[in-house]
Amino acid sequence: MALLEIRNVTRRFGDFTAVDNVSISIEAGEFFTLLGPSGCGKTTLLRMIAGFDLPDAGQILLDGKDMVGTPPEKRPIHTVFQSYALFPHMTVADNIAFPLKMAGTTPDEIKSRVREALDDVRLSNFGNRFPQELSGGQKQRVAFARGLVNRPRLLLLDEPLGALDAKLREEMQIELINLQKERGVTFVFITHAQNEALALSHRIAVMNQGKVEQLDEPSRIYGFPKNRFVADFIGKISIMNAQVLEAAPSHLTLSVAELGEVTAPSKEGIKVGDAGVLAIRPEQVRISHHAEEVELKNHFIGKVRGFLYVGDVTTYIVELPNGARIEALLPNSAPGRAKFFEAGDPVAVSWRHDAGTFLND
Amino acid sequence: MRRSNIWLWSAAALAYAFLYIPLIIVVVYSFNDSKLNAEWVGFTLSWYVALFNNQEMLIAARNSLIIAVSASFLATILGTMAGLAIHRYKLKFLPLLVFTPVAMPEILLGVALLLFFLQVLNLTLGMISIIIAHTTFCIGFVAIIVRARLQGMDESIFEAARDLGASPWQTFRLITLPLIMPAVVAGALMSFTLSIDDFVITFFTKGVGEPILPIQIYTMIKIAVTPEVNAISTLLMLLTLTMIIIAAKLDSGVLRREAK
Repeated sequence: MALLEIRNVTRRFGDFTAVDNVSISIEAGEFFTLLGPSGCGKTTLLRMIAGFDLPDAGQILLDGKDMVGTPPEKRPIHTVFQSYALFPHMTVADNIAFPLKMAGTTPDEIKSRVREALDDVRLSNFGNRFPQELSGGQKQRVAFARGLVNRPRLLLLDEPLGALDAKLREEMQIELINLQKERGVTFVFITHAQNEALALSHRIAVMNQGKVEQLDEPSRIYGFPKNRFVADFIGKISIMNAQVLEAAPSHLTLSVAELGEVTAPSKEGIKVGDAGVLAIRPEQVRISHHAEEVELKNHFIGKVRGFLYVGDVTTYIVELPNGARIEALLPNSAPGRAKFFEAGDPVAVSWRHDAGTFLND
Repeated sequence: MRRSNIWLWSAAALAYAFLYIPLIIVVVYSFNDSKLNAEWVGFTLSWYVALFNNQEMLIAARNSLIIAVSASFLATILGTMAGLAIHRYKLKFLPLLVFTPVAMPEILLGVALLLFFLQVLNLTLGMISIIIAHTTFCIGFVAIIVRARLQGMDESIFEAARDLGASPWQTFRLITLPLIMPAVVAGALMSFTLSIDDFVITFFTKGVGEPILPIQIYTMIKIAVTPEVNAISTLLMLLTLTMIIIAAKLDSGVLRREAK
């Protein structure tokens, strides 16, 4: 049995449907992420799991038991809030002790558990500090410790890394993965940052306009987006209009207007004549100087329109003869830019026959 | 100093002089060894001694203290509840209902309460009616202060408490109340100062019996502005000032700590 089962949950606010018939089941020990743009319904869903809000339709079951009518304090579910929500009038130790006190734990045990929790988040000497005397990262760690100390069945995390700067965020991501592994507590994580979701999760549900667009492992979400929204939302991707010419079990042959034939990996449920887009990731596209027509599949001549040098990699934007733009990523393995293409240079772009995905409209 | 600054400073000085010189005169003449508020003769504490021997004045002071303490106590409880309710339930009419008595002209409130006590409640005017009247106009002030403090707070703190296992009552007792306490105390002190020197509403609702301090002072002035009046005014000023300073310190001080 799944630990948490969300069954056909719908939540409306007036005319607006925030969560639209969502069903998800989350297994014990999983690091599960709800990913989507703001307003996609992920926070509403989280609030319903925590018990701050109730579904208009559908059920939320924990260990097979319907949670409706169970107030937040009676649910073995804790939340790490985006703003951390530490109690400003209590010390760090008292903050962490709070859930234990509410659960009626003995004072001796509270003491040792709080000590343990502080050690776990490397704040052993900060027990007597007040939250306002801590840095953002430290507050964050206190919030994690407080959420985990009473060993909840489920820990909900509402964009907990949103307020941290990039470098600290990366450190906290690693810390979060370790914390989850060590404790074996099931995490339901909310974020709008796709790279964070990919880095942290066992599985991701990509949400948009109250619906789950795709639910899968990170590599499948990134590599095999189910539709245009997911392809566009997760990572960078170039998109070209295409039509299916041949649907073989091994591959698809697509026709791209004013460009010619393109080979793409085969996919279930695609028929000859289907219209849609070919989506291809920048790192799958190779770029080279040999700007001459050769009889190769997925090999085209174009012109460099511009580039973005960001240190580790350079992204080139190449315009193809049909006017479509395709991005190609080049790692900078030597100091400076690995290869120098300038705007206006004629170049060849190519990609493997099994790269890219066809998404029908 | 630049030219515009000189004008600015002079204007400010004049404004403050206008506000504070009358008060200073009262304080100074309360120590003046003369029956007339005309010229400085010499320092004396005799007016204060006379004041503390004035039986009627002492009773009036005692009555006023009883009223102020009771009214501010009641207004603090009710006002805190109102502030919490206004903050939590986003109802449009509720703030209007609670804050209107604050904006209402006192004379109107006085007349309205008088009619209400006499014709609806059939109450004999006295200490009880004054306490009810003062509580009425103090609730709004407490509610405003408490709500202002709640508005500056992160709502998820209260949700976090529930989330971590606290019942609604535990959340109030362990989280909400300690966090709004500075505002509650500030509201109580504010109510006390408003109650102890209120004249208009007290005048309408006091009836004939007990002497009340502001009314008593007024009665004395009707005869003459004696140094004794200056003395009681000085004491009253001191009490009010202390309360206001404590209230201001409490509320803004804690806010500053949070902003850090």
